[in-house]
Amino acid sequence: MNDDVQILETVERYIQDEMTTQEREYFEQLRKSNPDIDQLVVEHTIFLQQLGQFGEKKAFKSLLHETHNHLLDNNEIKEELPKLRVMHQINKYKRVFAMAASIAGLTALAISGLVAYLSPKSSPQEIALLKKEINAVKISQKQAQKELNTIKITPSRPTAPGKFGGTGFLIDGKGYLVTSAHVVSKADSVYIVNNKGDYFKVKTIHVNDNTDIAILKIVDSRFEPLDRLPYGIRRGKADLGEQIFTLGFPRTEIVYNEGYLSAKTGFDGDTIAYQIAISANPGNSGGPIFNHSGEIIGVLSGKQITAEGVVFSSQSKYIFSALESLKEDSSALSLKVPTHSSLKGVERVQQIKKIEDCIYNVMSY
Amino acid sequence: MTSDPLEKELLKGLAGNDRKATETIYKQNYGMVQSMIVNNNGTIDDARDVFQEAMVVLYEKAKSEHFELNCQLKTYIYSVCRRLWLKRLQQLQKYSPEVDSIAEVVPVEDELEQHELRNFEFVVMEKSMMSLGEPCRSLLEAYYLQKRNMVDIAASFGYTNADNAKNQKYKCLTRLKKLFFAQYKNQVS
Repeated sequence: MNDDVQILETVERYIQDEMTTQEREYFEQLRKSNPDIDQLVVEHTIFLQQLGQFGEKKAFKSLLHETHNHLLDNNEIKEELPKLRVMHQINKYKRVFAMAASIAGLTALAISGLVAYLSPKSSPQEIALLKKEINAVKISQKQAQKELNTIKITPSRPTAPGKFGGTGFLIDGKGYLVTSAHVVSKADSVYIVNNKGDYFKVKTIHVNDNTDIAILKIVDSRFEPLDRLPYGIRRGKADLGEQIFTLGFPRTEIVYNEGYLSAKTGFDGDTIAYQIAISANPGNSGGPIFNHSGEIIGVLSGKQITAEGVVFSSQSKYIFSALESLKEDSSALSLKVPTHSSLKGVERVQQIKKIEDCIYNVMSY
Repeated sequence: MTSDPLEKELLKGLAGNDRKATETIYKQNYGMVQSMIVNNNGTIDDARDVFQEAMVVLYEKAKSEHFELNCQLKTYIYSVCRRLWLKRLQQLQKYSPEVDSIAEVVPVEDELEQHELRNFEFVVMEKSMMSLGEPCRSLLEAYYLQKRNMVDIAASFGYTNADNAKNQKYKCLTRLKKLFFAQYKNQVS
């Protein structure tokens, strides 16, 4: 092994032209007399070229992403979809559409019947939902007085730590967040806190216990809307073995963890969820699961008590279905959910720096 | 050769990883490509992907030694994007026998074939890098891609000295080579 390393080092020094003239002559002699060495030189030259091209291309691709976002922010390019042709086609295929729609309607009815009949009954005892049950703290008279004073300074800061804690992330710069349904479903009021300690009051506008996804809206005038989010949300399925990472609030400080996607289904073959291998603790619930290009593929929801290291996450496509059902409730709501991540090909540390401002600690009362 | 000296200058900048040049080419051409794609069954995301891939093709071309462009930059980018989009539509089996041409096109088939090969190599290298694991991946990236020196790398990765880091680097490189050539052969055959 050590010999191999030494040979490789010599070859590399030769290729990168770091040898003295004497050394060089000796090595060239060796190359002529030993075909194995000669082949290694050729192979390694090609490989280093390959690696160099890979680096250049990677850097260029990340430059392109940056350029795109930069130009978009400055309004120098615009994203717009002409609708004209679609309308034209709808008229042309009206009858076909009508027939297809009625068939689809019948199929949907049949399928929903089947699904209701066949879907596995979940056994809640086996899955620990990862919300933090924060112990009631004895607050002395003095402390209460102290907190009263802080209330005067920051009027919307809640008086005591929340009963439950979880994590949430922005899906729209105007102040819409996604978290796990079980983090907020039993709450009277919900607040979120960012990494800098700023509190905002939020309203729960949608809860789906089945997919364990809830949507919150910031109802605080102090919140400053963001132009664009750094990450995108994936519409399609994630792949087995994909490298993933999450950011969450199992403590009051933001915590990073990484792992991989271990199964395309959740507990007992539940098709709504994924099984992931990542270390998660109470408080991680509702946190975003990112793949390596910074696309959200899921929402962390719980872990299995009876097995070690088995964590589940809702699939990201159910974020879109939650938004669809919201749209039906109030047609005025039009969210621009990003599907494209500007974090492709960016180093992990840089990715996190861009993401962390969009992740919040969710506190339920 | 493109007769426009301004365009020549831009391409030189592109090959030299100049931000300003890249941005100018991007700004001048993106709109045209976006409307071609969204008017032909595509989404904005498709437009962005196709356009950026065409930029990579142009970048590779601008970097090559026997670089030559026989038409306007705009025509070239448009032709590449049109070709790429036609191919994507075929793969998706979306109904679209022909993409409407709103501008002049030049033949780019040969170049895209070359590009595809390079793209394939890129993907294999990316896969090998991904399966290499930490800290090997970061170590190799720091040395070969970011071109940082060994003393600096040893300090930030926590090796006791540069020789140790160098040793580790060669071990990682040997593993990467094995992974790369194994995958390469796998996918070729």
